[in-house]
Amino acid sequence: MGSNMAECHPVAFRWPMKAKLNGAKLIHVDPRFTRTSAVSDLHVPIRAGSDIAFLGGLINYVIHSKRWNADPFFKEFVVNYTNAATIINPEFKDTEDMDGVFSGLATFAEPQFWPYNGLLGRYDAATWQYQRGPKAPGPVTKDLIARRAGPPFDDLVRSLKPGPAEKDPTLQHPHCVFQILKHHFSRYTPEMVEQVCGSPKEKFIKVAEMLLENSGRDRTSAFAYAVAWTQHTYGVQMIGCCALLQLLLGNIGRPGAGVMALRGHAAIQGSTDVPTLYHSIHGYMNAPSALRPHETLRDYMAAETSPTSYYGNLPKFLVSYLKSVYGPAATAENDFGYDWHPKILGDHSHIATFAAMAEGKVKGMVCVGQNPATSLNGSATRLAMRELEWMVVKDNWLTETATHWYLGPEVKDGAVKVGDIKTEIFFFPSTQIAEYDGSFTNTQRMLQWHSKASDAPGDCRTDTWFYHNLAKRLKKAYAGSKLSRDQGWNNVLWAFDPDPGVKPIYPGEPDALKILREINGYQTADPKQHLKGFAELKDDGSTTCASWIYCGCFPAWDQNLTARREPDPPGVPGAHLKWGWAWPANRRVMYNRASADLKGNPWSERKRWVWWDASFVNPPDPKTGKVVPRGKWVGYDVPDCGATKAPDAKPKPDGIGLDALSGAQPFIMRADGKGWLFVPAGLVDGPLPTHYEPHESPVKNLLYKQQSSPVHKLWAPGKPYNQIAAVGDPKFPYVISTYRLTEHYLAGAMSRWLPWLSELQPELFIELGKDLAREKGIRNLDWVIITSPRGHVRAKALVTDRIGVMNVAGKRIHHVGMPWHWGWMGLSTGDVVNDLTSWVGDPNVSIHEGKAFVCNVERA
Amino acid sequence: MPEAMGFFTDTTVCIGCKACEVACKEWNQLPAENGGIRELSGDSYDNTRRLDGIHWRHVRFIEQFSGPYNGRWLMMSDVCKHCVQAGCIEVCPTGAIIRTEFDTVVIQSDVCNGCRACISACPFGVIDINAVAGTAQKCTLCYDRLKVGLEPACAKACPTDSIQFGPITELRARAQKRKDQLRAQGVEAQLYGADPQGPLGGLNSFYLLVDEPEVYGLPRNPKLPSRNLKQSTSFSVASAAVLGVLALVGLRKRRMDEQPPSLS
Repeated sequence: MGSNMAECHPVAFRWPMKAKLNGAKLIHVDPRFTRTSAVSDLHVPIRAGSDIAFLGGLINYVIHSKRWNADPFFKEFVVNYTNAATIINPEFKDTEDMDGVFSGLATFAEPQFWPYNGLLGRYDAATWQYQRGPKAPGPVTKDLIARRAGPPFDDLVRSLKPGPAEKDPTLQHPHCVFQILKHHFSRYTPEMVEQVCGSPKEKFIKVAEMLLENSGRDRTSAFAYAVAWTQHTYGVQMIGCCALLQLLLGNIGRPGAGVMALRGHAAIQGSTDVPTLYHSIHGYMNAPSALRPHETLRDYMAAETSPTSYYGNLPKFLVSYLKSVYGPAATAENDFGYDWHPKILGDHSHIATFAAMAEGKVKGMVCVGQNPATSLNGSATRLAMRELEWMVVKDNWLTETATHWYLGPEVKDGAVKVGDIKTEIFFFPSTQIAEYDGSFTNTQRMLQWHSKASDAPGDCRTDTWFYHNLAKRLKKAYAGSKLSRDQGWNNVLWAFDPDPGVKPIYPGEPDALKILREINGYQTADPKQHLKGFAELKDDGSTTCASWIYCGCFPAWDQNLTARREPDPPGVPGAHLKWGWAWPANRRVMYNRASADLKGNPWSERKRWVWWDASFVNPPDPKTGKVVPRGKWVGYDVPDCGATKAPDAKPKPDGIGLDALSGAQPFIMRADGKGWLFVPAGLVDGPLPTHYEPHESPVKNLLYKQQSSPVHKLWAPGKPYNQIAAVGDPKFPYVISTYRLTEHYLAGAMSRWLPWLSELQPELFIELGKDLAREKGIRNLDWVIITSPRGHVRAKALVTDRIGVMNVAGKRIHHVGMPWHWGWMGLSTGDVVNDLTSWVGDPNVSIHEGKAFVCNVERA
Repeated sequence: MPEAMGFFTDTTVCIGCKACEVACKEWNQLPAENGGIRELSGDSYDNTRRLDGIHWRHVRFIEQFSGPYNGRWLMMSDVCKHCVQAGCIEVCPTGAIIRTEFDTVVIQSDVCNGCRACISACPFGVIDINAVAGTAQKCTLCYDRLKVGLEPACAKACPTDSIQFGPITELRARAQKRKDQLRAQGVEAQLYGADPQGPLGGLNSFYLLVDEPEVYGLPRNPKLPSRNLKQSTSFSVASAAVLGVLALVGLRKRRMDEQPPSLS
């Protein structure tokens, strides 16, 4: 669901097809019958944007099914490995009690200093918390912060430990998570699914039965999703809903199980791990923010550290990160330079930035590896770019972004005069991937080093060259500044030039291996002593590590594990641990402690992955020389728990980090070591997934009075360049999804300029059903005009039965779809489909809603 | 001499990604039609439409639906069949078309005079003139790659192993097994061109299909051009010459006549 894997991840789709040859069943739930559906055992049509209703229906079906209630495996997994038994604050009110909203809903007011957050509301999550016993006595966090305690910061972390959560392992307590979720999904029946999703009831039940049959001790099922689950105003909740279902089915932390995020670009995973994201710093730590209690280093640690999970080590990750940023200038006395670190003011994501840009609040933009002129509400985006003083475009070709000022549709139709645009645009020709050294991090969190295979043509430079030389020039420019705001930048350590005698791959190119060494980390006193893993990180500045999750990928000066290419021998079960390196700690299945039962035995022989070998003789502790008792976690993968921590080990009463968890709590990054069915913290839009309609929808929400998510984002509300259709607006009666084709790539810079790919999909088209074509008098290949409140585009009609009409809420709803790869540059050209999309999005991650909105279609 | 090599294309795992088309063009340095600037065909996701002198691989898309979402979408990567009895070799006047040591059929571009005889002789419509070279061209089964022990570019690029390359005898055994597996699942699978006793002595590029051959644009009973010779030459060619030719062809025809009428 939420992915068209065969078309958009064809290379990875090799493995589902291999599984199919081995007898696996493939199910594709999608608004279109795609190339993925074509090779699936079952295709189920679904109205775009209704996935939570479908998944919620599966949850409701599963927990009432005979199999789930009869097979003790499911209860054993759910009671012990999830928070099903945990009791929630009795003040909590569910969407069932409040017609579509949770307790804690409040209004959101945009702050004057950055009024581009777009939130329509906000939740106070106080009532979503676990019911807890009294907190253990000890030093108070506030006092420790006031007297600048640490390093070490252990006392600070310990002071954050809450009282023990109350539980009911019988799952009968009315406020326990299981009863809350049972109530929450009780109206998500197969009949309701059919009404809301347009999916035939028999097909829905077939999916539920196939999943149940293929889950349990001896079998597992996996879900694969991609951007069709993220690009919604509740995308994070869709994915969470799937995780909830998979936890109930015992399909997490086990081989052949899980919720697989299929990521798009070759290194898009890397770009969030070592992030280009505004809201996190390396390794998914939250970016210091002016809106959170992040005033000082210790305030940040107190706000962000989860004391009873592996995240209890956050002070070590953070201090090692600051040492990497500021080098010798970062000392315990100056809190390792924390005060120099930039803080965010709010939502600085893509759309928020363009909304600010449209109001003249952004002076310049460096645009590398993206083509915003063809993205999200394209005409508004181009309007925003015309407000810039300067813009840098670094790309393989003169993209639409580089040429919008003289070739954009607004300029061509005369609405905008070239002479009125004041932006100065700089174009830098860019290398391709095969023309430099570096690493990819793929969808499996696996880093693979690649070497330069060919020289770049002309004066093309790498992105590392660009940023390296920009940084060096900026450091020079600010070197003499005495302004306090510049001291952070002046203290940044920037040392990526190749060593003397080492020839750079291009003049001025940094040494890519040096960057990977910095990311892996080393002993501060001797950078040649690399860190072997994040267990070595310290919170006193003695270790330096840019990104803790990557620590261990380069464990010694001469051991770049990301360059390994050694597969397991054929026919031997294994995880190919010597092929590349996967974070964390080269582990291939996260939370894999869940692949064994409470006692550490595999759930079944067939699904063996890691297990406890009680007879294993451990060597003495290398540091203390103390005897280590027998027993070790062994198996095909790197175990995701303390390697010698017995399954029956008890939590240490005074313990922090992993010591606060028992040997039977697999979800070590969660504060209670459990998989979260109910999410008390971390999400801004509710602890349980709830069906809402997309921001633009042809129908009313059948399940609740609350039409759409009460806290999602609408940027530039009321502005003429972000007009929105009302619910059921007869001017825009059809549901539209945008998507990608195998033959093209994203905004087209890597495909529309290539003759071999352009001839395979030469022109923009709209896929529409035969019924709609008949109603509108549209024949195959006719030109049609597609209109949304934001604009219109022209495309050729591809009339097909692979998409069509659905019965939703008693109405016949036509579904249409358009690939969005096109623009006016390149060999294969076409209108910008994103001129139809809007600036609305998800409140957690600020992604836009491009997978479900409304439009009209007419013959041109 | 190495054993007979070829392709087994299992259409049931084809995902229509066209990686084969691009890999073929890249390895063989074939141009895109009109530099890549073309019009949408309107025929499902197929925009190259056929095999010809610059398209040596072609993925066919067949939509079989009886209403919205109700049906199936068949995909097949098509290529030269490298017939054991190849019509193109038979008619080539210059000897440009040869049978290689891998039992594949290759047009030698430097010997071809562009007479087009092979184009009409091919029962599958595989061959056409490559306008850049001015000669008849088609898949060489990557003869240059085979010579150095590499598999053909298309098979190498195919992510799902829909295109499998190997010794024909091995491929036939694998294909039979796959057909049996599908039949056991209730799929009407059939092999096309896998039978050495079938038309043209079997195809060294053969297919697993789930519908009749015609659905995929494949002739049910492909014929050699020689079967028409008697008719077409009786009006105009001197009888001695006709008899001479017929005598030659007769040797082949006898083998053909012993074969069952259909491939399917």
